[in-house]
Amino acid sequence: MLHTFAVYVDNKPGVLNRVASLFRRRAFNIESLTVGHTETPGVSRMTVVVDTDEYGARRLEAHLYRLVPCRRVDNITTAPSISRDLALIKVAATGNARTHVMQLVDVYRARIVDVSPESLVIETTGTEDKIDSLVEVLRPYGVIEMVRTGRVAMARGTTPVRPIAPRVPPRAAPDVSGDVGNCSV
Amino acid sequence: MKLTGAQILWESLVREGVTDVFGYPGGAILPAYDAMLAYPIRHVLVRHEQGATHMADGYARATGKVGVAIATSGPGATNMVTGIATAMMDSSAIVCITGQVGSKLIGSDAFQETDITGITLPITKHNYLVTSAEDVAPAVLEAFAVARGGRPGPVLVDITKDAQQGSSEVDWAAAEPHLSEAYDEALPGDGDARDAIELITAAERPLILAGHGVMLSGAERQIIELAERAQIPIAVTLLGLGGVPASHPLNLGMMGMHGEAWVNNAIQEADLLIALGMRFDDRVTGNLKTYAPTAKKIHVDIDRAELNKNVRVDVGIAKDLREALDEWLPLVKPGDRAAWLSRIDSLKGDSAVRDIQNLPDDGHLYAAHVINDIWRLTKGEALVVTDVGQHQMWEAQYYKHNRPRSLITSGGLGTMGFALPAAIGAKIACPGAEVWVIVGDGGFQMTCPELATVVQEHLDINIAIINNGFLGMVRQWQEFFYDKRYAATPIGGPNFAKLADAFGIAATTVTKRGEVAGAVEAARRLKRAALIDFQVEQEDSVYPMVPAGADLHKMIRRPSPIVETAAD
Ligand SMILES: Cc1ncc(C[n+]2csc(CCOP(=O)(O)OP(=O)(O)O)c2C)c(N)n1
Repeated sequence: MLHTFAVYVDNKPGVLNRVASLFRRRAFNIESLTVGHTETPGVSRMTVVVDTDEYGARRLEAHLYRLVPCRRVDNITTAPSISRDLALIKVAATGNARTHVMQLVDVYRARIVDVSPESLVIETTGTEDKIDSLVEVLRPYGVIEMVRTGRVAMARGTTPVRPIAPRVPPRAAPDVSGDVGNCSV
Repeated sequence: MKLTGAQILWESLVREGVTDVFGYPGGAILPAYDAMLAYPIRHVLVRHEQGATHMADGYARATGKVGVAIATSGPGATNMVTGIATAMMDSSAIVCITGQVGSKLIGSDAFQETDITGITLPITKHNYLVTSAEDVAPAVLEAFAVARGGRPGPVLVDITKDAQQGSSEVDWAAAEPHLSEAYDEALPGDGDARDAIELITAAERPLILAGHGVMLSGAERQIIELAERAQIPIAVTLLGLGGVPASHPLNLGMMGMHGEAWVNNAIQEADLLIALGMRFDDRVTGNLKTYAPTAKKIHVDIDRAELNKNVRVDVGIAKDLREALDEWLPLVKPGDRAAWLSRIDSLKGDSAVRDIQNLPDDGHLYAAHVINDIWRLTKGEALVVTDVGQHQMWEAQYYKHNRPRSLITSGGLGTMGFALPAAIGAKIACPGAEVWVIVGDGGFQMTCPELATVVQEHLDINIAIINNGFLGMVRQWQEFFYDKRYAATPIGGPNFAKLADAFGIAATTVTKRGEVAGAVEAARRLKRAALIDFQVEQEDSVYPMVPAGADLHKMIRRPSPIVETAAD
C-alpha cells in the first residue's frame, strides 16, 4: 500500500541525494518526493510517498533516522490529512475547443494562467485523483506538456505534531573494554 | 590564535584521544601530513590504502576505540572503498580522512579529483566534504561521535587542500558535536522488557542467539547472567565468537552455514529464539521460509532498521543491548530447562565421530589440525585475525575463543586480504597481545605487501598461511555444486617462506603434522614477526555445510569415516 511520510531534514547540501540514495539502496520505490522549506529556518520538509507494506514502512522510518541530517519522520498515512498536488497543463486550444476547455477549467475550479493564440496553460491544485481526472478530460483536446509537483501532505487539525528533534550532545559511548592479552583500552 | 585547517585536523584527532593513524600521503593531503609532525601521533605508513582502512578496522575491533585511516584524493580515496564497506557491514567504528582537490577545482575533473563522498555515500554511516578551515573541527568531532555512536560504523571526512591550508580561529566548545535526539526515541510498536520476560518465562525450549552486538555494547556479563539464571543455552554467530566464553557449559557453539550441526538443529527445534545483537544474516538463517518454524522470536538490536528485516519477530526492541539486559535481569526468574538441555546433548549424536580432531592421525596435514594445535599451544589466549575462506571457518570451529575481541574477522562483506592489515591494526592497538594471522594462500596474496609495514613498524605478529593451492572455499562449492569443475580455483604462488625472508621476516614451511607444534612454538618464542607456510591437504572441505538458501537443518555432513581425496 502507499505510505506517506513527512520527513524533516537539515537543509544542507547533498541531503536530497542521501535520502534518494537510501531509497535506491534499500530497494524502495518512490512514488513521489517533494522538498521545500518549513516554518523552521534551516530545516526542509520532504513529503515522500512509497509503496510498501507495514514492516517496510517501519524499516524505512528507521533507515531515515539513521541519516545524520534527519530530524523527524512522521508516517501520516493513517492520520487524517490533507494532500495536494499542483499541475501546470498546456493544452492546444483554438476556436471552439478553446471555449470547451475554459468550461472544463471552471468545472474543475482550475485557473488559466497563460493564453497564447495556439494554447492555454492551466494551473490546478488538488488531490492527485482530481488532477488525474482533469488531465483525462483535457487529453482529447491535445495536452502539449504537463508538469506536476508531486504530493505535499499535512495532518489535519492540531493533532500534536511531534516537534523537530533538537540537536543534543551525543550519548557517551558504552565502555566496552575488551580483555585481550595486555590490551588495555 | 589562528590555526591552519591541517593543524585543526590533528588538534581535533588528539582531542578525540587518537594516538595512532594508518595512512599514505599524496598531493591533496600533503598540508595535513606536513602539520602532523608537531602532534603526538604515531603514523603507520601502509603499502596500500585498503590496508590503512583494514588496519583502522582491526584497531577498532580489538579495542572498541575509533580507528583512523588517512589517504590522499582520487586513487588514494578510492583504494579505501573496500575497507570502508568491510567496516560498514561489520559495524566497526573507523574515521577515514581524505584529501580533496582545492574547492575551486571541485567539479572540474582536476588531477586526482574524485567524488569520494558520492562514492562512499551508501557504505558510510555519514560523510563530510569540508571546504574551509573553520569547518574542519566541527566535521571531524562530529565524525567521531557518529562513528562510535549507536551502531558503530565508518565515517569519511573529505577535506579540500585549501581547507587544510587556510586558517581559522577555533571555538572548541562550539565545535562539540550535536546529533538529532530523535534516533534514540522509542516508537509505537516497540517491545519492552515485560514482553520479553513473558515469552522467556513461558518458553520450554528457548535459545539465545548472541552476535557481535554483545561485544559492541559490552554486555558479556549480562548475557551470561541471563543464560545461567534462566538456564538458556546460547548459540553464537561468527562475529559473536568470544562474546560468550567457548568453555561455558551453556555455550553450544557457532550457528549457521558452517555452524555445528546440533546448534542448527537446536534452532530448528526451539520454541523461543532470543536474538541479542545479531541480525539474522542469510548465512545464519538459511532458507527463511523454514527457519525456526516453531519458535517465537525476541530481537534486541540497537539499530531499529534490523528489526523485522529478515525474520518477523514477536518482540522487537531497538536498544543498546547492555541497557536492555540490565532492564531484564531483575525480572528474570530462575528456570529449569534440563529436558531441553539434554535434548540438545542428544542432538550432538555422532558429531564427535565425524570431527576431524577425532580421526586417526594418518600423517596427513589437515588445516583443522593446524588450527587446533595453534589453539592448544597459545592456550586459547591469542588474538586471532583471520582472512576469508575455508581457513576462516576452520578457525571458527577449532580455535575456542574465551575472551571478547579475541577473534577479528571479516564476516558481513567477507573481504579477502583483510587479515594481515587488520592484524597490524590490532597489534598496534594491543602491543602486549599475542597476535596470530590465519590466512589462505589466496587471500594472503591480495595484501602481502603489508609485510613491509610489519617490518618497518617492528611488529611481533605470527602469520600462519593455510596453503592448499586452491581458492579453497570456492573450490569446495565447485566440488559440491558444480561437479568438481575447478574453473579458476587452482592458485599458484611464490615460495612463501622465501618471500617472507625477502621482507626480513623469519619463516618456515611445514608439511607434516609432527612439525606443527615445533614451528608454532618457535614462532611464539621469536620476539619479532614470523611466518609459517602450512602446506595442507588440498581438497579438504569444511563440514557441516548448509548450502546457500537451503533449510538450516539440511546440512552436508563430513563423510564418516573420512574419505581420502588427495594422494599421499
Ligand atoms: C576480495 C574477494 N574476492 C573474492 C572472494 C570470493 N572468495 C571467497 S572465499 C575465496 C577463496 C579463498 O581462498 P584462500 O584465500 O586460499 O582461502 P581458503 O578458502 O583456501 O582457506 C574466494 C575467492 C572474496 N571473498 N573476497
